[in-house]
Amino acid sequence: MSLLADFLQTLLDTLHDVAPIAIIIAVFQFMVIRRPVANLKQVLIGFVYVVIGLALFLLGLERALFPLGRVMAMQLTDPAFLFDGVAQLSGVIHWAEYHWVYLFAFTIGFSTTIAEPSLMAVAIKANQVSGGSVGVWGLRVSVAIGVAIGIALGAWRIVTGYPIHYFIIVGYIIVVVQTLFAPKMIVPLAYDSGGVTTSTVTVPLVAALGLGLAETVPGRNVLIDGFGLIAFASLFPIMSVMAYAQLSEFRARRAKRNRTGSG
Amino acid sequence: MGAGLRAFAGALVSSSRDLLPVVLVVMFFQLVVLQQPIPNLFELIIGLLLVVTGLTFFISGLEMALFPIGESLAHALARKGSLAWLMVFSFALGFGTTVAEPALIAVADEAAAVASADGAIGPTAQARNAYADGLRLTVAFSVGFAIMLGVVRILKGWPMHWLIAGGYVLVVTITFFAPDEIVGIAYDSGGVTTSTITVPLVTALGVGLASSIRGRSPLVDGFGLIALASLTPMIFVMLYGMAIQ
Repeated sequence: MSLLADFLQTLLDTLHDVAPIAIIIAVFQFMVIRRPVANLKQVLIGFVYVVIGLALFLLGLERALFPLGRVMAMQLTDPAFLFDGVAQLSGVIHWAEYHWVYLFAFTIGFSTTIAEPSLMAVAIKANQVSGGSVGVWGLRVSVAIGVAIGIALGAWRIVTGYPIHYFIIVGYIIVVVQTLFAPKMIVPLAYDSGGVTTSTVTVPLVAALGLGLAETVPGRNVLIDGFGLIAFASLFPIMSVMAYAQLSEFRARRAKRNRTGSG
Repeated sequence: MGAGLRAFAGALVSSSRDLLPVVLVVMFFQLVVLQQPIPNLFELIIGLLLVVTGLTFFISGLEMALFPIGESLAHALARKGSLAWLMVFSFALGFGTTVAEPALIAVADEAAAVASADGAIGPTAQARNAYADGLRLTVAFSVGFAIMLGVVRILKGWPMHWLIAGGYVLVVTITFFAPDEIVGIAYDSGGVTTSTITVPLVTALGVGLASSIRGRSPLVDGFGLIALASLTPMIFVMLYGMAIQ
């Protein structure tokens, strides 16, 4: 019975989330554009699908995966696990002791990005408008690899305690240099992939990992070090998507050269 | 009806495939690394079924409602030819969808609690609420501004990379002047602003706008709104931190 109550609560939350959007659209549709919506019935059914789907999705995550993931993040960063119950002799912990944390960060970053609904939406749209030249799976996998690297590196940064803005500034420089060489058509899409990766699935798990790390690593401040993982997760997909486009362009060019060379 | 049912079954299969990696990762760490049993296996299976069903509904609703409505609004506003209304609409969309965003509310409250514990603001609940509300309004305003700027960019055909590079320069410059405590929150606030419903709608708006203006390519000009919406909150939140200090 609590399942039903939880579902209604999540549904209410989702409706609350959709309400401002629905109101803005309705106001503009009826007061500014003043024309009836095409296929109104279909659009309304679609909205109901979106709300119910999102509510079920969030409810399932909250019941099944998030509790387990949060406990896992806490356990993996717990000194008792890291040092097999042996009290460490000095206060200094070598960053390599946290290898399971980095692997967890990498794999959870990759797998949650694959399941991210807003990335699916952008990939579907990009595939449509590019006439199929931007593949849905190619885009999703390259974004997921970017998020995985970003979160693993972000976890390493929390452990070592290097200031976040050095990483971000170097990342920006790489993005700007890549922009000069990447195929023009991919650039705006790559920038967008940075923003879409971090919504419903990734944020709760990644935030738990970051806060868990900042609380248990000696000398870390939760405010300065705990946040910042999400920023890494938004920066690295930009690089990986541009790299993916550069790689496919390079391969296409080489294939063409081989063909003309042999024929 | 048989075709519809088959399409639904196909969507279910692809949703399950999307979810499989997360399940494998969690299982591996629980069973192999932490060496603990799975608690509440039954609950877990129910939860996963809900996630898969939800994802299937969401993706169908996307194609039926969010994409068409975003594009038809973009076409209608472009045909109307009123730049002012287009800007009001894009600002309202960005501001309205962000100010009530649960992820943002959570991050703002968290940030206020930590700032209060650190002594950056007063220890009272009132001070914390004021700080969190200020943060939320700042982020919502900056997202509204970003969508508006992005729409103007599509109309004028400005190259995306100039805006992004300019934004980066601003972010980096302000970072040196902003208080350390706000930097992490500012960088993260860029990521939490774009919700699962906003992203498809804003993407459809950009693509629809770019395809209804002659000489614009939907791929090159239509994307980029979300990137701006992730960039401007960093700038404005750091400015907020400097103003509060």
